[in-house]
Amino acid sequence: MSKEFSGYRGEVLEAIRKAEVEIGNLIQISRDGESYEGILIPRSEYGDQKHIVIKLKNGYNIGVRITKNTKIRKIGKGAKPAFAPPPRPKQRENLPKVTILSTGGTIASRVDYRTGGVRPALTASDLYSVVPELAEVAVIDAQILFSLFSENITPKHWAEVAKAVAEQISKGVEGVVIAHGTDTLGYTAAALSFALQNLPVPVILVGSQRSADRPSSDAATNLIGAVTAAAYAPFAEVAVAMHETPSDTAIAIHRGTKVRKCHTSRRDAFKSVNTTSIARVQDQKLIMLTDDYRKRNSASKLVLKPKFDEKVALIKFYPGIKPQLIDWYVEQGFKGLVIEGTGLGHVGRDCFEPIRKAVEHDVLVAVTSQCIWGRVNMNVYDSGRDLLNLGAIPLEDILPETALVKLMWVQGQTHNLEEAKRLLIANIAGEFSPRTLAEGTELI
Amino acid sequence: MAEIDYGKLGLKVGLEIHQQLDTSTKLFCNCKPQLFKGEPEITFLRRLRPTQSELGQVDPAAYFEFQKGVKILYESSNMAACLVEMDEEPPHALNMEAVETALTAALMMNSKPVDEIHVMRKTVIDGSNTTGFQRTCVIALNGEVKVGEKTIPIQHLSLEEDAARKTGEEDNKARYRIDRLGIPLIEVATAPVITSPKEAEVAAYTIGRILRATGRVMRGLGTIRQDVNISISGGALIEIKGVQELETVNLVVENEVQRQLNLIEICEELKKKGVKEEELQEQFLEVTNVFRETKCKVIRKALEKKNVVMAVKLPKFRDVLKRELLPNLRLGTEMADRARFWGKVGGIFHTDEMPAYGVTEEEVNLLRKAVDAEESDAAVFVADSHENCRDALVAVVERAREAICGVPEETRAANPDGTSRYMRPRPGAARMYPETDIPPVQVSEELIARICSCLPESSEKKLERLMREFKLNLKLAGQVIDSEYGGLFDVLVRESGVSPTVVAAFLTETLKSLKREGVDVDAVRELQIRDVFRRVGSGELSKEALADVFVWLSRNEGKGVDEAVESLGLKAVSDGELRTLIDRVVAENSRLVEEKGEGSFGPLMGIVMRDLRGKVDAGKVSRLLKERLSKRG
Repeated sequence: MSKEFSGYRGEVLEAIRKAEVEIGNLIQISRDGESYEGILIPRSEYGDQKHIVIKLKNGYNIGVRITKNTKIRKIGKGAKPAFAPPPRPKQRENLPKVTILSTGGTIASRVDYRTGGVRPALTASDLYSVVPELAEVAVIDAQILFSLFSENITPKHWAEVAKAVAEQISKGVEGVVIAHGTDTLGYTAAALSFALQNLPVPVILVGSQRSADRPSSDAATNLIGAVTAAAYAPFAEVAVAMHETPSDTAIAIHRGTKVRKCHTSRRDAFKSVNTTSIARVQDQKLIMLTDDYRKRNSASKLVLKPKFDEKVALIKFYPGIKPQLIDWYVEQGFKGLVIEGTGLGHVGRDCFEPIRKAVEHDVLVAVTSQCIWGRVNMNVYDSGRDLLNLGAIPLEDILPETALVKLMWVQGQTHNLEEAKRLLIANIAGEFSPRTLAEGTELI
Repeated sequence: MAEIDYGKLGLKVGLEIHQQLDTSTKLFCNCKPQLFKGEPEITFLRRLRPTQSELGQVDPAAYFEFQKGVKILYESSNMAACLVEMDEEPPHALNMEAVETALTAALMMNSKPVDEIHVMRKTVIDGSNTTGFQRTCVIALNGEVKVGEKTIPIQHLSLEEDAARKTGEEDNKARYRIDRLGIPLIEVATAPVITSPKEAEVAAYTIGRILRATGRVMRGLGTIRQDVNISISGGALIEIKGVQELETVNLVVENEVQRQLNLIEICEELKKKGVKEEELQEQFLEVTNVFRETKCKVIRKALEKKNVVMAVKLPKFRDVLKRELLPNLRLGTEMADRARFWGKVGGIFHTDEMPAYGVTEEEVNLLRKAVDAEESDAAVFVADSHENCRDALVAVVERAREAICGVPEETRAANPDGTSRYMRPRPGAARMYPETDIPPVQVSEELIARICSCLPESSEKKLERLMREFKLNLKLAGQVIDSEYGGLFDVLVRESGVSPTVVAAFLTETLKSLKREGVDVDAVRELQIRDVFRRVGSGELSKEALADVFVWLSRNEGKGVDEAVESLGLKAVSDGELRTLIDRVVAENSRLVEEKGEGSFGPLMGIVMRDLRGKVDAGKVSRLLKERLSKRG
């Protein structure tokens, strides 16, 4: 039997081997006068080594404990479960062309009935055939880049995605959609915002919080929203398309540098921080919510800057933090540190000396706030003023994660300290909002 | 109706009994299992998308609903549901309190617990589950219950989450309340070996008794629901879902047998007439012009909304549509149910029932002419949007074709009166797949040993004990056991010292008749019932006041027994006050007393009790009055 799929180990695996049965076989297990019949099902990797899982005739799975008295016998072949995507719908040729690039994650995953786990198994093309409504929105081309859960995506993957997007744009598509796991989707969105400059068309990242094999999945509505934005939006920016609320009615389009996953599980986990979302897709139509955006223009010549330097770190300040942590980064040759300070942008005085040393070693030290909402202002309290004097750079209302990505990108662009400083504080992709409005506040 | 020989008909019945559990939290989250009344605090709108089963199949009915663009509006309240029920958070681990209760019931039915519990997802996309599936797991297999001399095998006992409850439906939008979603349910499935309606009822009661014996079940309407599978030879396997009262199980079976017999008869008649399936064609004609000036309100309303009227001819079906399958259920009704499901229309009209509903003879004649119907043909017409009319009539023609073949296999929903209506086609197999968010739960030998060591008293033993210990007669003891409040009997007798017969009669007959009178019995909490009985025991309240206090509490939810007593003017009367009253009554009726002596007891007792009803125990009044009369002079 194919060991890599079975999930069985140890004595149980031995018993299965001895009985010469395979996954999908109809088997009988008998023990002390009890007898069970069912199809042998693989065991999840977390299961113990004492049980065999079978699917009963009524569809239920149960685990049967294997002891010395247990006998396993094959009584039939049984059908192996398999996923067959439905046929692709007919494409309407006069619609805008959109490419869907798949990197993995929940949106591109379904339950693997052989292992029982959620697997990034669906190709971008499967997505298209599972969501046939897409045929009414755009002419879709689908490509698989990786099959990665987003926690496994690194800055090297950002560069690859950026290059793949550039290639699609050079082919003349009206927009690009990137299917991505949600955990680090915000980081990738920020990275692409810096790497893809002077965009002619929109680049929309999309994920889902419920896997596509569930009837209640948000994958289809999010994808339709993303493709609608890619095909028809008047803006040419990197953005994220996800549910606006727990309802399936509206998809919010967030600017790539201002968006953050703010909930572990809700459909509307993604929020625009310190700004509003830039658009909304509702009833198959895209409505702009701001005038402040880069316009779609097919004549624009894309500038690709896909280099990121990973010798940059994000440090969250907390009470009792050991200042030596900062020293360690400097000793390891890191070139940039983003400090997620408290409140308006503060750290305890114990950290002053290591920060001074870091700056002395030409390490760029930038400060953001762990409050997430609001803007740093280091002129209000002594701590802030002291940090400024040490050479730390305040980064306005930027998200700490976006600041990290930007610093990686800046270090990938130049080794000149002054040029790097200039780039860091320049508003390149809408990462700073000059004004913070009272939106989202209930005013009495 | 002549006695029916169910054996000869080849009747086979299987039961699936669902019982809500009264656990401290729901099955997969920490919400309390309780419903909310009034306006929802939270609403959200969803669509459910049919997905492929693990064998790559899509349920056709589910796909159809989706294509119709059906949306679901969910209603919630923070008190009754959290993100888990909203499908906005993954399920927590399986509730072990529910598992232990299910194991208890399983062991009482001699079922074999599984070694490892695996939670599954059963696809359900009518909106009743926010996820699009119901979480369910087998707890034990191969049990049995005794029904008289017969052993009925219990195929499996499962634990599952209850579904959201439907609160309405309007324009392609179904409304569901998610408070009920996630309440643990035990499902007990018997083998289809039951052979008469009576046996079905007794089996249902027997299983109900075992479940109640766990002491962890909910009570009230809707807390126990039966699905009944019924087939007869020459008929079809019909699943009737959601029978709410145990006592209607036999009626449901009787009715379904009758329905199938009538359908078989219709089928034979149609065959005799020589009706062929291919004669029934999906040729739909727009007949809106026939009804331009109609007096029929339904059609006029539809036309005002710019809808159309469409019709189809059913050759040789004249007088067949009005054939009664059951009282108030005709073949035409079955077609209407189908049309409502597939066409989302309000209903259909057919020529067998015309002229009626404001449709004139003349309109009927014009309609018959328009669809080219001959004397022996019937016609069905419907007023709605073009698309809905079409879908409805396709369903009507389909149902007519099935009538030629006999009884169509389908899933039906139980009506409160014991009849049933079309619900949906029978779901395909293989709609079950693993719930990967919940790790399997091992059922250890230690756990089973612990549960075995303290299994609740079996209903046979309890019956015997109630008769022996409390001198209840067989009938009353049986009623206590079958009552949802049976578990309270011992507690009430022990705590209050009230006579066991009084407690038993109250918990069974009184509550039943109050329920029949429309009193919301479920609104009174267990603690309140105990409080009322304690007061009766201490003499503070008379047993005659029990029902009044109970009714008051049911109408004043959230208020206490003190307020009930106060408001009903039942403040107890002291012995002194009682003596004074008796003195007064005796004085007022001195002539009667003089004439009849102690023989005046009866009438005087009546007068005193009329003034005191409920405030004092009749026995005490009787004693003091007799005392007074004997001391007269």
